Amino acid sequence: MSILINRNTKVITQGITGKTGQFHTRMSRDYANGRNCFVAGVNPKKAGEDFEGIPIFASVKDAKAKTGATVSVIYVPPPGAAGAIREAVEAGLDLVICITEGIPVRDMIEVRDRMRRQGSKTLLIGPNCPGLITPDEIKIGIMPGHIHKQGRIGVVSRSGTLTYEAVWQLSELGYGQSSAVGIGGDPVNGLKHIDVMKLFNDDPGTEAVVMIGEIGGSDEETAARWVRDNMKKPVVGFIAGVTAPPGKRMGHAGAIISGGKGTAQEKLAVMEECGIKVTRNPAEMGKLLKSVLK
Amino acid sequence: MKIHEYQAKEILRKYGVPTPRGVPCFSVDEAVHAARELGGPVWVVKAQIHAGGRGKGGGVRLARSLEEVKGLASQILGMRLVTHQTGPEGQKVRRLLIEEGADIKKEYYLGMVVDRETQRVCLMGSPEGGVDIEEVAAKHPEKIHKVIIDPATGLKDAEADGLARKLGLAETSVPEARTLLQELYRAFWETDASLTEINPLIVTGAGRVVALDAKLTFDDNALFRHPEIVAMRDLDEEDPAEVEASKYDLSYIQLEGDIGCLVNGAGLAMATMDIIKFYGGRPANFLDVGGGATTEKVTEAFKIMLRNPSLKAILVNIFGGIMKCDVIATALVAAAKVVSLKVPLVVRLEGTNVELGKKILADSGLPIIAAANMADAAQQVVAAAKGKS
Repeated sequence: MSILINRNTKVITQGITGKTGQFHTRMSRDYANGRNCFVAGVNPKKAGEDFEGIPIFASVKDAKAKTGATVSVIYVPPPGAAGAIREAVEAGLDLVICITEGIPVRDMIEVRDRMRRQGSKTLLIGPNCPGLITPDEIKIGIMPGHIHKQGRIGVVSRSGTLTYEAVWQLSELGYGQSSAVGIGGDPVNGLKHIDVMKLFNDDPGTEAVVMIGEIGGSDEETAARWVRDNMKKPVVGFIAGVTAPPGKRMGHAGAIISGGKGTAQEKLAVMEECGIKVTRNPAEMGKLLKSVLK
Repeated sequence: MKIHEYQAKEILRKYGVPTPRGVPCFSVDEAVHAARELGGPVWVVKAQIHAGGRGKGGGVRLARSLEEVKGLASQILGMRLVTHQTGPEGQKVRRLLIEEGADIKKEYYLGMVVDRETQRVCLMGSPEGGVDIEEVAAKHPEKIHKVIIDPATGLKDAEADGLARKLGLAETSVPEARTLLQELYRAFWETDASLTEINPLIVTGAGRVVALDAKLTFDDNALFRHPEIVAMRDLDEEDPAEVEASKYDLSYIQLEGDIGCLVNGAGLAMATMDIIKFYGGRPANFLDVGGGATTEKVTEAFKIMLRNPSLKAILVNIFGGIMKCDVIATALVAAAKVVSLKVPLVVRLEGTNVELGKKILADSGLPIIAAANMADAAQQVVAAAKGKS
């Protein structure tokens, strides 16, 4: 079992003709059941053509109608990325995963506002995220597929390579993953830790969850309080940025301690108060998970 | 991206936000000339640096004659202004703003940020103006009033009036405050700002509402559509190492420790700093080489780290996913040869083609300390840094 995506998911790639889009579409197509999952691409100027056998359509709406796809992944460059999200939402897809890094915050405020106003049911992951994977079934995004292993641990994180590190530690210890989700490092985004946590809680295939956060905002605290009150499964966590100085953006647009808020210490403390076991040693995320399973 | 106060005021004036008349100056002569043009009897000589807390540091002074303007300008220009945001070494003052004096009856605070929770712009106001707002937030949160602004409508009349009244403005000043607040929001939104602060906003003896100070910071991701704002960038105000790094698309932030870190990915880069500290060391920097660690990028990254006189050892922590470990190892070896490393180098590689990568490092003949995992890498680099001191 898994959350959000599985071997039967049909995916549209927006930005399939760009360099990044081509590269990662190829990698995703060649992973597990990818050949049957990646069914369409979108580029209004190249409608009717194909990318290595994947047909290209003029719009998301078209691609959805012709292929029955319910999910899209976006590699469109920043100036057009918010528009691409809007198009996917308006086509009524179930899930949109935006990989693009560097989208202006104002564009994201507008997209999110529109989604709320229209009462959209579309779920958004990202932007500025690695995507998500259900091991041995489907990979949508830029993560290295081979470090993953099928299993029963859910992983949710704001970062890319740090997620790979956690997944690798789990796989090394023999703990496979039900799904691993990178929700992205931008301040205004789609699904947050709490939303993914709820999905893992409801997924019978997930036995425990690793939650990885970083400095900035208060999403981890919000998720921790929800876990305290509702979660039926063990959760362990790590927060990156104990050593980050205030007022400096640490790579990710959203990773900044501002006005003394959003520090790693504060997040770790709230998580512990809420019954989440945490480690301050990022080399021990896997071991920590092992310690909470019987 | 940050800009100076005088630049922020230029932008706000275009949107119709009232500010005192003032002139930016780069020399003492220009300052005296500006003061004469503005007319007396009182002027304010303001140091223009990006850091806040300038007043407390002696960078904002009142002058009651042209002689005084001259004296203060020569005193402040070129001084190293130390504030709580500059660090102990301070920031050299290269620009001044000469402004007409204002008749301050009462000071207020205004700020705008993007609220991550509601995913909208949040306007904050406080009757406690001219002081450190973080202190007010900590001690008297009830004195900070917030309005979450609907992006579809902008700041509504009733919301603006409501905030003005909560701040305690006289009824006669409310219409002027409403206009100012709405124009401030429009400026924030249209310029893709990430932060603005008016501290203080003042009401004058005549009941006028004026932005006495102004701070604007912009969303780096949106600069591509604002060339006029990019033109305001002042590289003198930025850390030279960070500026150099940005030319090579490296994200670098200097810290106070002695162990350099070179990592791919922002989250893993922070985690690497954290684990160094966890094992008793002190990270010298944050450095994210991003997705494509080419020989050129790695070489520049080494050079930037090595410029730091405190540096005693370097830890390279790369999780090769799409980017294969053998490619990274080749880049590392080439870069290490170019820069002739004089400090111990600990390398931890993991991911695709890791065995091949490790072999390339071992065969290079370079004194690279290979680490088995992240914990081992951190312990080794901490030991290496201590051995050197």
